[in-house]
Order: sequence, then C-alpha cells, then structure tokens
Amino acid sequence: MRTRLTDDEEAVRDVFAGFFGNESAIEVVRGAEPGGHDHDLWTKLVATGAPGMAVPAGAGGGGATLRDLAVVVDVWGSHLAPVPLVEHAVAARLLHTLDAPANLLDPVIAGDRIATVALRDPVDGSARLVPAGAVAEVVLARVGDDIVARESAPPGTGPRNTGDLPLADRDLRGAEVIGPARKWTRALDEWRALMAVAHVGLARAALRLGVDYVSTRIQFDVPIGTFQAVKHGLADASTRLEGAHLLAHRAVWALDTGRPDATRLAGMALLFSAETARFVTDRSLQYHGGYGFAEEYDIQLYHRRASSWLLQLGEPGLEYARLADAEFGPTDGRRIA
Amino acid sequence: MDFSFPPEVEEFRAEVREFLAEHLTDEMIDATHDGTIHAPALHAAMAERGWLAGPVPEELGGGGRGALASVVLNEELQLARAPIDAMAVSIVVASILLEHGSEHLKTTVVPRLLDGTALGCFGYTEPESGSDVAAARTRAVRDGDEWVINGAKMWTTLAHIADYVILLTRTDPDVAKHEGLTFFLVPLDTPGIEIRPVPTMAVERSNATFYDDVRITDEWRVGEVDGGWTVMKTALKYERGIAGGQFPSPPVIDAAVDWARTHQRADGSRPIDDPTVREKLMRALIDVEVCRGFAYHTAALAEDGVMFGVEGSMTKLFASERYKQHCRWFQDLMGVEGLLTHHNPDAHLGGRIEEHLRHSPVTTIYGGTSEISRNLIAEGHLGLPRAR
Repeated sequence: MRTRLTDDEEAVRDVFAGFFGNESAIEVVRGAEPGGHDHDLWTKLVATGAPGMAVPAGAGGGGATLRDLAVVVDVWGSHLAPVPLVEHAVAARLLHTLDAPANLLDPVIAGDRIATVALRDPVDGSARLVPAGAVAEVVLARVGDDIVARESAPPGTGPRNTGDLPLADRDLRGAEVIGPARKWTRALDEWRALMAVAHVGLARAALRLGVDYVSTRIQFDVPIGTFQAVKHGLADASTRLEGAHLLAHRAVWALDTGRPDATRLAGMALLFSAETARFVTDRSLQYHGGYGFAEEYDIQLYHRRASSWLLQLGEPGLEYARLADAEFGPTDGRRIA
Repeated sequence: MDFSFPPEVEEFRAEVREFLAEHLTDEMIDATHDGTIHAPALHAAMAERGWLAGPVPEELGGGGRGALASVVLNEELQLARAPIDAMAVSIVVASILLEHGSEHLKTTVVPRLLDGTALGCFGYTEPESGSDVAAARTRAVRDGDEWVINGAKMWTTLAHIADYVILLTRTDPDVAKHEGLTFFLVPLDTPGIEIRPVPTMAVERSNATFYDDVRITDEWRVGEVDGGWTVMKTALKYERGIAGGQFPSPPVIDAAVDWARTHQRADGSRPIDDPTVREKLMRALIDVEVCRGFAYHTAALAEDGVMFGVEGSMTKLFASERYKQHCRWFQDLMGVEGLLTHHNPDAHLGGRIEEHLRHSPVTTIYGGTSEISRNLIAEGHLGLPRAR
C-alpha cells in the first residue's frame, strides 16, 4: 500500500511540472483560445516522449506504466495545457494493443501524427463533436462489432464551445477495420481514469487560485479568507479534492494491475472527479467576487473546462446508468422479483 | 502508487469475516435498541483474539498489528454493523494512557482495557463547553497526596457501563485556558460521582456525569499537571484515527438496495428500475469508495510512520456529511414506510434506515463538529488566516 507517489513517480511529476510550467504558462492557454490547440506546444511535448510514453519500449514507446502516464496527466490537467495528451495516449495504447500496421501505429507512438478516440459511437459514418477532432489526423471509433481507424486531414478548427476545446465532427466513412469492438471498453476506461486524474489536476490548481486570492483580497479591513463562510467552502473543496485524488489514482492503479473492479472504479472516479472539479471551480470563482467573472482572471479558464471535459463523453446521467447496470443488473420494466 | 494490501492483511480480512459470521448475531445488533451500543460477548471474543490490543503500537505494549490490519478490522466491523462503540472508545482510552499515563495506569488499567475486562469512556465536554473544549471548568484541586474534583461533564456516553472515565479538568484557572488543564483517569465507582441518563432523539442513550468532592490519588493523573492540552491532542488524534466512522453508509445503502429490489409500487414497478433511484444508489456507492480511499490513505500514512493530521478531519467530515445525505435519500425512497421504527414487526429490515436517519445528525457533531473540521482544514492545510 503506497497512497503517495513513489520516488520514481515524483521524479516524473517534477520533470513535467517543469515542462508544463515553462512551456504551457497560462498565457499559452489563453493564446490557444478559442481553438484549444497549440501545435508548437505539441511539438515540444513530442520531444519529451510523453505522447507515446505508455506504449511498450519494444514498440517504440516509452515503456512507462499507466500510473506514470497518470502522473503526467495530473500535471497536464493542472496547467490546462492545450494539447490532446489523453486522447492521443489512449489511442496510441489501443493501436498497439490491436497490433495495428506500422504505417498507422508508428507515427502515432512517435507523436508525429495526432490520434484520438471518438468517445461516442458514430452514426451513419459520422462522428459528432469528437474530442481533439479538430486536430487529429487519425480517428479511432467503434462501429458495430469493429474498431475502425480513419486517417484524414483534420479541419484545424471546430465550433466554438464552452471550454474552448478542439471539438469537431469527423467523417468516418471508408474507415479501415483494425480490431474487434470488445477491446474498445478498455480504451474508454483508460480515458475515464486518466480524465479523472486530469480533473484532479485542474481542481488542485483552481483551489490554489482561490486560496491565494482570498488570502490577499482585503474587504472589511481583513483578508476575506479570515471569514468562516469563505474558509468552510474552501475546506469542503479541499476535502473533496483529496477524496477525488485518491479515487482517481486508485482507478488508474486498478486498470494498470488488472484488478477485477477496474471498470467500476474508472467510471466512479471520472464522475466524482468531474463533480469535484466543478465544485472547486465554483467555490474559487465565487470567492473572487466580480473579478472571477472577468475574462482577465484565470479562474474562469478553469471553470469553463471543468464544465466541459466530462461532457465530451456524453450525458453524465448515462454514465450513472451504465454503472448502475453493472451494479444492479439492467432495468427490468415492471416485472417484480 | 499501489493500493493493494499485503497478503497477510488480506488473510486477516478473511479471518475477520469468518469471525464475524460466527460471533456477530442479529440478537446482538437488536440488543442495542436498549440504547447501549455495546455487545459484551462480541467484545470478549475479540479480546480473546488479542484484537483490542492489536491497533496499539508494539513499543507501547500493544499488539502492534499495524495500521493496515487495523483499518481492515474497522472496515469489516462497520460493514457488518457490529456494535463496537464501547470497544472503540476503550481502545482510544488505552492508547492515551500508554502514551501519557503513569506506570500505575499502564500496569493496572491498560491490561484490563485491552483484555476486555474493563471499559472506558470520554469526559471532555461540559454543559458550557463543547467545540471550545479547552474552556472546561471542572475543577481539580490538590489536597496533600490527593486531588479533589468538582464539576459536570456532558455526553459521557457509555459511562453507565464503563469502569473508567478519562477526565479533562482545570487545575489552574489563572492562566490562558489551554495552559491550566490536567487529565485524570477516574474509576467510575469512586464516591461522589453521579451518572444521569441523557436520552437522545436516536435509540442511543448518553449520560451527564457529576463530580462532587471526588477524591483520587495522584497516580490517577494522566500527563503533566497543567499539561492537559498535550494529552487532549493525543486523544483527538486517536479518536479520529482509531475510532472508525469511515464506513457509516454501507448498511444504509444495503438496506436501500434491498428495499428497491423487493418493494412493489402502486403502479407495479420496482424502485430499482427507476433511473433516479439508480443514480442516487450509485452516488452513494461512489461516496463509499471515496471513504475507502481516505481510510486506506490514513492507514498507509500511519504504517509509514507519517502521523496524519488533517487527513483524519477530512475523512470524518466527508464520511459523516455524506452519511447524513444517504440516510435522507433512502428514507425518502421508502416513502411513508420509511417512517416505521424498529418497534414495528413489519418495518423493513427492522427499521434500519429509519434508525440510521435518527442517528445520523450526531455524526457530524461528535468527535469534532463539521465546522471545527473545516476550520482545521482551512487553517492547518490550506494556510488560511486564523480569525480567533
């Protein structure tokens, strides 16, 4: 039992805290709006090896564990870095698992071509508002009993959205079958667990913004962080954040080590972490007063992304329903047991 | 990170489950309806296995079972609804004595607390001081070799079955309030002590205890004279660390799932097929997993020799606040049937959810209110400025 980062994981965190701190300062995040993607940052991230780090070294990846990748994703989330790290990393691992042909797999592992996963299944060959769909050259999707890959030039831009995310519709007609659909669940679970961790990173940074603000903002002649009404909201935020952190990393560990409850924990962790990120950004923005609503202050950047990331997967209510089906069995109409 | 338990702890969990299947009976749980959350036969059986001494560190003379095994024991006891309040409190009292007590207390009282032949209870709170525990006014005055104690304590729960109360007293009224406190362990059969029941809105009974010229010798003192605040910090550390409370919700959720599966609504449908019910059940189960993370984290820290502080407050705050919400949701789920108490033979699962609903308000109060926990987290962890 080790519920803190190991020394190796701390080393990974420190490296990427340095990287994102230098290369993805908040000006870079702002500069990438509204498209939500910074290609120079992606090129620099590729140079670190992060996009393919969790693919085995024999296949040209970094040979890191999902847990190591999660440590990077935590930092990525805390910087709101405008590069599609999670979608790409999940796609790269899926392609490797499916033993995809080298001309498809290798450039993705290297990060030379951006890949993504259409989290919601396409309808009639069209995938709606795909995460990273505006910038990915390779789109993976589930179609019936198959997993398919479509290589095509990305549109570069997509529709304006709350979180300034690079969402875009993608045409998947003519996509190539690369594997059986039963492998898709694992990829979605990895996305869920990694995005749970990303939400934790986001929430941690947003809480820090809130704490810093209330410690320096003077009203009624004292820092507003002196007031219990403010303190208690931030204490609740901090408590939920700690709980989300432990659950998210436990879900990643469960996937990484093949635990039987991994799917359950991944789904739970995503919902709890997303709700936590929304709660924390709500409190931190609220305690900024009117400034929190101003474009100039950074907390709004966190608030808008906390509102957005989960919805890329679809309705949260359907996520609860999916978990409930696994927990209690499917709903059974009016039949009485 | 690694959230797996070592094999010997997994084996211990299996042993605990087997033990509970054999020794914990429905009659024991029902017997708590007399207001006393204690099962003497279970307590004795656990003591016989050395499980009461288990969580106490080896270097302090305990079983040295380790924090991971202790959290597993606590988890299994709570999931099985074992009535362990007296056990938890007695272990905390023993732990305090082992850290601060005299040789007399360590050699005569602690062995009895850990072998199950004696019980302890807490005497911190007073009619005029609850969260502001350092404002205690119960006086202890030295008289030769003896101390004379006068005052009153509130919420001395279990005093009516306990052998000892660990008592916070004021020995110097002329210094700052944290600096004039001294702890004593007082045998409850000492002349001058009166125990009066305090009925509550739930099934449990508490007590008020009154101390009228109670005389004890100095060997019953715990810690330094006027050093009571140091002992108090130890007491709260153990109370938040050992006394459990991380898993209040599972028995309520189990009962709600049972109701949802078996109840037929007027329209013929079952609640378990209702999406709004399913979402609430899932939310509650997610909260339980969060509690599990907290519980394992604090245990892992303790196992590594890192004394947790704010983590204990976070665990207690989250678990108790969510528990209150779960009780509300699932009593509502049952509609008017949810109002039936355990006195009704046809109450669902003996009125379990109803009983928890009435119990739940106290959990965000005792052992440090949610408000005090939030202050500790805001000031101790987030570094926000103190107002007091």
